[in-house]
Amino acid sequence: MIGQASGGVALIVFLGLGAIIVIVALWFVVTYNGLVRLRNAVKNAWSQIDVQLKRRYDLIPNLVETVKGYAGHEKTTLERVVQARQAGIAATTVKDQAAAENMITGALRQLFALSEAYPNLKANENFLALQEELSSTENKISFSRQYYNDTVQTFNTRQEMFPANLVASMLGFQPAEFFEIELAAEREAPKVKF
Amino acid sequence: MAQFESLIAANKRNSIILVLLFILFITALGALLGWAIWGDPRAAIPSIVLALVISLISALIGYYVGPSAVLAMSGARKISRDDDPQLYNIVDELRLASGLPMPELYVMDTPAMNAFATGRDPEHASVVVTSGLRERLGRDELQGVLAHELSHVRNFDIRFMTLMAVLVGVVVLMADIGMRAIFYGGGRGRSRSSGSGGGVLMLVVILLAIVLAIIAPLFATLIQLATSRQREFLADASAARMTRYPEGLARALEALAADTHEMGEASRATSHMFIVKPLMANGRRTGGESGSIWSSHPPIEERIARLRAIGNVEG
Repeated sequence: MIGQASGGVALIVFLGLGAIIVIVALWFVVTYNGLVRLRNAVKNAWSQIDVQLKRRYDLIPNLVETVKGYAGHEKTTLERVVQARQAGIAATTVKDQAAAENMITGALRQLFALSEAYPNLKANENFLALQEELSSTENKISFSRQYYNDTVQTFNTRQEMFPANLVASMLGFQPAEFFEIELAAEREAPKVKF
Repeated sequence: MAQFESLIAANKRNSIILVLLFILFITALGALLGWAIWGDPRAAIPSIVLALVISLISALIGYYVGPSAVLAMSGARKISRDDDPQLYNIVDELRLASGLPMPELYVMDTPAMNAFATGRDPEHASVVVTSGLRERLGRDELQGVLAHELSHVRNFDIRFMTLMAVLVGVVVLMADIGMRAIFYGGGRGRSRSSGSGGGVLMLVVILLAIVLAIIAPLFATLIQLATSRQREFLADASAARMTRYPEGLARALEALAADTHEMGEASRATSHMFIVKPLMANGRRTGGESGSIWSSHPPIEERIARLRAIGNVEG
């Protein structure tokens, strides 16, 4: 009788332990996959920013050509735009690139402000289309940075929260870095008026 | 940031509670009707199963056929990037801000200002704006409206509201079938032969079933409308989070509220989908009075006030 009873208890304990191990293993797998998915989302969000930066580099030569036809003597402003673009393309570190991007934004703003003085330029359809494209690209850069930061925040929060933090630290997940330049200004109004 | 998050979380929670309430309600209605019709408590189980199967089938039909039917009904025409680069750009910007694929864009030719979104998931989404809205709003206001529509896409609201419409439809159908069965079939046969003690209980069950069959469709519609209002607030809050500029949508809503162009009868069936309720030929917005429990949308003034409150907190 006693032997039978203890055998039954042993079986229950054994099954119980087995069930716990299976549940923990499943949770581990699900948590790990969730973290990997978020890490890839962060990478993808970052590459979206690059797509928009490249788009801006591609648009600038067209703009410069169009403006030259009407206001060719505004050499300094045009050259600043071209130089800023070159600096952006040549940049190798994130810091240099960020500085160059700010230069481009400033130079473009100046160019569009200057165009106010040329009614013929302002009436040019090609110019208007480029203006819309560039200001939209400017917005897209801000918005994709904003989305990148949102994704980073989700990823980092997930890593820090219990119990996912156990999996994250065990498998060497690192918190992702925020994109912080001009963040306050962007949050206030993610749009650029030239 | 935290304010948007908690607002979105609260809205999602409310929606889930409403759906659960609905399923519970359909189950109870099915059970009671089954019992009343066949005069046997055991009939409740097949009735519940039947009710849930009908719900599932109509949900699947609504899921796959609904969006294209709605687009066809609205008479909107699809536009490409070249037709309207600026509109395309605004949507492209917003989908980048929310990590969504690019939806298809449609324009409805009417001077009335309005917009809606449809599609079963973000990969198959369409955003529709009226030509009146396109022409009369500035870029920031357009951005606010489109962010509201993209929020519906991102929050799976179209799928959610389709589900709600299906659940209401099933409740109405069940109540209708139940009433007919009780009046034409319930009186004769098994219920009468189950003895005098069972007779009183049966009478109570039948009476309860009749009362429930009458109030169920009303109750279901009220839940659907409450959900719809929740989702509108949610989409406004999500739009503010997406653009970080609640004032754009607030100003757009002011302009839409002041719009006096009619959308006409064509939009009656889909009026709950629009960003603001379409104006009917009699000069009133469709559906119940603004601010009442019979309205599919919250009062525009309250939506504007909530958006401005977010704007003030965020600076």
